[in-house]
Amino acid sequence: MIIAVALVLLVVGSIAFHFLSPWWFTPIASNWQAIDLTIDITFWVTGAVFIAVNLFMAYAVVRYRNRGPDSERAQYEPENTKLEIWLTGLTAIGVAAMLAPGLWVWDDFVNVPEDAWEFEVIGEQWRWTFRLPGDDGKLGSSSSALVNIDNPLGVDPADPNGQDDLIVMSNVMHLPIDKPVKMLLRSKDVLHDFAVAEFRVKMDLVPGLVTYLWLTPTRTGTFDILCEELCGLGHFAMRGRVVVDTQEDYDAWRDGLMTFKEMSAIKAGDPLIGQATYPVCAACHGSQGEGIVALNSPKLSGQEGWYLETQLRNFKNGVRGAHEDDVYGQQMAPMAAVLADEAAIRNIAAYISTLPEHSVDTSLSGDVERGQHLYQTCGTCHGVNGEGNYATNSPRLRGQEDWYVKRQLQNFIGGVRGVHREDLFGPQMRSMSRMLRTEKDIDDVVAYINTLEPAVDQNQIADAAMQGGED
Amino acid sequence: MITIVLFIFAMVGFAYWWLWRQRVLEKPWAEVGPKADTREEIGRISSAAKTGLMFFLAVVTSVFALFISAYFLRMELPDWSPVMKPEVLWINTGLLVLGSGAIHWCSKAAASNNLRAVQVSLFATGLFTFTFIYGQLMAWGQLNDEGYYLNSNPANAFFYLFTGLHALHLLGGLWVWSRTTLRVLAGVELEEVRLSVELCRTYWHYLLGVWIVLFGMLLST
Amino acid sequence: MAHVALADRGQALSHPHSFITKYVWSQDHKVIAIQYGITAIAVGVVALVLSGIMRLQLGFPDTFSFIQPSEYYQFVTMHGMIMVIYLLTALFLGGFGNYLIPLMVGARDMVFPYLNMLSYWVYLLSVIILMSSFFVTGGPTGAGWTLYPPQAIMFGTPGAEWGIILMLLSLFVFIIAFTMGGLNYVTTVLQARTRGMTLMRMPLSVWGIFTATVLGLLAFPALLVSAIMMTLDRVLGTSFFMPAMVSMGEQTNYDGGSPVLFQHLFWFFGHPEVYIVALPAFGIVSDLLSTHARKNIFGYRMMVWAIVGIGGLSFIVWAHHMYVSGMNPYFGFFFATTTLIIAVPTAIKVYNWVLTLWRGNIHLNTPMLFAIGFIFTFIHGGLTGIFLGNVVVDLPLSDTYFVVAHFHMVMGVSPILVVFGAIYHWYPKITGKMFDATLGKAHFWLTFLGTYSIYLPMHYLGFLGVPRRYFAYEGIDFIPQSALDLNTAITISALFVAVVQIIFFYNMIWSLFKGKQAGSNPWGATTLEWQTPDTPPIHGNWGPELPVVHRWAYDYSVPGAEEDFIPQNVPESEVDKAAS
Repeated sequence: MIIAVALVLLVVGSIAFHFLSPWWFTPIASNWQAIDLTIDITFWVTGAVFIAVNLFMAYAVVRYRNRGPDSERAQYEPENTKLEIWLTGLTAIGVAAMLAPGLWVWDDFVNVPEDAWEFEVIGEQWRWTFRLPGDDGKLGSSSSALVNIDNPLGVDPADPNGQDDLIVMSNVMHLPIDKPVKMLLRSKDVLHDFAVAEFRVKMDLVPGLVTYLWLTPTRTGTFDILCEELCGLGHFAMRGRVVVDTQEDYDAWRDGLMTFKEMSAIKAGDPLIGQATYPVCAACHGSQGEGIVALNSPKLSGQEGWYLETQLRNFKNGVRGAHEDDVYGQQMAPMAAVLADEAAIRNIAAYISTLPEHSVDTSLSGDVERGQHLYQTCGTCHGVNGEGNYATNSPRLRGQEDWYVKRQLQNFIGGVRGVHREDLFGPQMRSMSRMLRTEKDIDDVVAYINTLEPAVDQNQIADAAMQGGED
Repeated sequence: MITIVLFIFAMVGFAYWWLWRQRVLEKPWAEVGPKADTREEIGRISSAAKTGLMFFLAVVTSVFALFISAYFLRMELPDWSPVMKPEVLWINTGLLVLGSGAIHWCSKAAASNNLRAVQVSLFATGLFTFTFIYGQLMAWGQLNDEGYYLNSNPANAFFYLFTGLHALHLLGGLWVWSRTTLRVLAGVELEEVRLSVELCRTYWHYLLGVWIVLFGMLLST
Repeated sequence: MAHVALADRGQALSHPHSFITKYVWSQDHKVIAIQYGITAIAVGVVALVLSGIMRLQLGFPDTFSFIQPSEYYQFVTMHGMIMVIYLLTALFLGGFGNYLIPLMVGARDMVFPYLNMLSYWVYLLSVIILMSSFFVTGGPTGAGWTLYPPQAIMFGTPGAEWGIILMLLSLFVFIIAFTMGGLNYVTTVLQARTRGMTLMRMPLSVWGIFTATVLGLLAFPALLVSAIMMTLDRVLGTSFFMPAMVSMGEQTNYDGGSPVLFQHLFWFFGHPEVYIVALPAFGIVSDLLSTHARKNIFGYRMMVWAIVGIGGLSFIVWAHHMYVSGMNPYFGFFFATTTLIIAVPTAIKVYNWVLTLWRGNIHLNTPMLFAIGFIFTFIHGGLTGIFLGNVVVDLPLSDTYFVVAHFHMVMGVSPILVVFGAIYHWYPKITGKMFDATLGKAHFWLTFLGTYSIYLPMHYLGFLGVPRRYFAYEGIDFIPQSALDLNTAITISALFVAVVQIIFFYNMIWSLFKGKQAGSNPWGATTLEWQTPDTPPIHGNWGPELPVVHRWAYDYSVPGAEEDFIPQNVPESEVDKAAS
């Protein structure tokens, strides 16, 4: 008897939850209203069945429950062919009513309109990049085999179509409103999935294949790109944004992009020119980039050039050192501003890269063994030995001063660093840093990083077995 | 996936046909009494061991059909380069045919209670089969010498996989064969090993069939 | 009569007397069933604890130092794999299949008792291999239970060192164990049925388990094949599934393989696997409903045809797990259609369960409560399955919490309710003792309502677009704080449900020692297992004579009979006619 009441209450409660729930589809921003409509149809049909069958069951339980020894006997009724045929027929009609619109809309999804423009989404562990065709409207060919530090997307340099391709190394993509677009999806490493909740459609990125999806953005705004196919440890931090712009805003953004040819032509920084600028830095960071604790200036020597460039750019552009609680960052920001242009940034970074590496004093103590366990996560991006990895945008950690590492971890965790909207990879580090829940966690992991030898040979780092067997 | 889907269709089709013969359309509540049992009339495989073996062979067929499906799907991809087929495979095929023939002879001999013939044919079965496996190993050696390594091309990998898997199944059969042979040598009544020999016969014929399919597929692609 | 001679082999059975041969190296199907059951439930408890830890992270992010991202993914993976394979498959087939098949078809034991014993020990070995991955360098694999390559075997996924190898090895061993058991179950059903036991007189439990076993025998090879090929890719560097790719900025030596091929193979196993778990549950719940409603199962023939029909169809729906996998999108038309077609026989089963209650004489015993609870959760889970099967509706919902909620409803909660119902139902036969009904009912209410409060809201997170397999959710614009608060509430429910399972274990153990004697047939059931001369049945199950079956399994409330049930082995001449 209570079970019947419970069934009724659950049905009523489910309906109430459905209508009262604040959690529902995000407001749509693409042409796929038809998907929402199909969902509505499915909801009505299945909802009706849910209510009808459960209420019928509840009634049956109340009506035919055993009421003691005098209770009426059950009816002997092996089957009722007519009733079963009716039920089968009705079910088939209901199923068809849901399936038909579904297949109709799927046909739309599979067939891309002729006038759709194309661009490429490239996924890798754990970031998004994009490539747009240049003025010729064609993307050059590409291959994972061509990927290296100077050609991160593996564009074929021999293909003339690729020369004017526009490369977006940021995880933010812009789209013009109301123009159908076909996204070509490509992965450099493992499976990923390109998903924007407001667009409704999603598709996996498969290494070795080019998959696609298409849509027409119908609403300006900024939307999150999430990876929705488990792609390893950093899966949940593989984020991006897509900005739907008016045509003018989009054109302006597109004009600021660099072509593949321009990118390949970028000259490496000149350390000699950089040396001339370095005395400004030396005042705080020391003549050999050794860092000065008293001035809260970290060690620079031994750090990767590309990372120094990124950070100088961030300081200069107000992406880093702008938070009111980032006292020391605020000191650095105006110093970075004196670097006039990209070339100056590259030169100074190139000079700093030539400074000799030397060991640092440690000031922290912690449980190294526990720190090593925690470091497993860190090591996935920063390298098993803290050597840093350009591919994951992760700076070198070993040989870094512990007080500085700790302060930056605290900044990330506390939302002082890595929260700026323009910061490309800081938010990822912020997401990961929050796995350190207490100060002790931080101390332990930093204590472990202290034990990482600065002089480990790069080649020993990669476990041979991880690299796919021998030749 | 066509191969495996066809295989499953065949299995499901057979199952439905068989069920239909078992009168799954009848109304079981309408008839009372033990006589409703009609298994005797519609004929069936005589022993549990044989039924079990049939199901086992279905499982093994499923495994090979899946590998073959994977083979055809993988073959479509651009990096495929066909593997060399060592000549010794032809000799091996002949050996397996002989092994299969020997166990067939053995089951006839067991049926007619001819102990001497059972002993000889059992020995021949083992000899031919072991030589077959040795010959397959030789084929591996030749491939390796020619530079067709397991991991240098998927075609090579499939070759090693198919031959290895097939040989493993034969080794399983040889285990049963060795137990049977030991019992025959220990002098048990032929009646007691007759079932084992019959099961072996079915299994050898089956694996010969599998090998012919695999070999034909490897030759033609 | 050959089959009777085969089935009645009482002389051939050895009756061991030492503790070791009786309870450890036992060839008695009932002991093996209990070994399977206890092992499966024990490993299931491990998986339950893992899910509790996952929920702690989701409900209270930034709180627990012992849940790192790598561990989170490892626990997600192990939870899923254990629950699907090592708990549900093993429990339904190895546990209930072993216990019920010989008793229900009137056999003395399985036809290959030695193989049956071996099956259990090999299963145990697979469990040990799986558990050992917790103790190796890098820990167990964190690739998700679907183990998709390339990610599953590459650096960047937890457990890519040893965890994945042990996982694949353990699956390999499990499949061997399953095959040994499975050959036994089907052959026993086909060859060892007692006289009079036609196929159409078999209880639906046997039909469900039998069909599921056939599915398993044909589908597990797909998992075996993919496990072998992935192992070769990982260990020997072949490229079956591995394309040319870059890993962490370094070129790899892989070339040309197809990750989608793995997915096809995996789901060719994976979808039938859903029915390998569901069909035994369907069968068992039919018997529970019929017995406790004192009414024949409605539309028995339809139920049988639906079981075998679903079984056949289950092999051609696999790619509905792959709508957004990058496979040829035109496959979507075919697989959406087949998937929605399979909804029809499934719906018929639901109608027939409900119609079995109609005009019944419903005794709301503990097993019956679980059966009714199952119908409710299964309707819910089945209907949400239609969302995901209908290809365009799947686009926004796939890889979100909607999927998680759906399959936990249909493949987690529903079968587990049946498992509990079945354990309560057959407990008196297995132990000879009656369980405590009050505790049993309390267990039902807390579990049933608790799980619904976990999974109903979870669907709505999915509608919102909250992705699954995320360690943390901060910094996503469209996910409001309220959704994170909802996660906290779900976690509290989940932990609550996990803790109340103690009631079940307490009841089982307490009743074993202190429970009342149950008698041989406390529910007044018709099927053969309740007609054994001894309770619990001894080795060999039946007395000197095997039972002879005179009628189908559902003669409840037959008009004109004195009792409201007539056991299958009672001839027409012995039925007490009501005084009229």
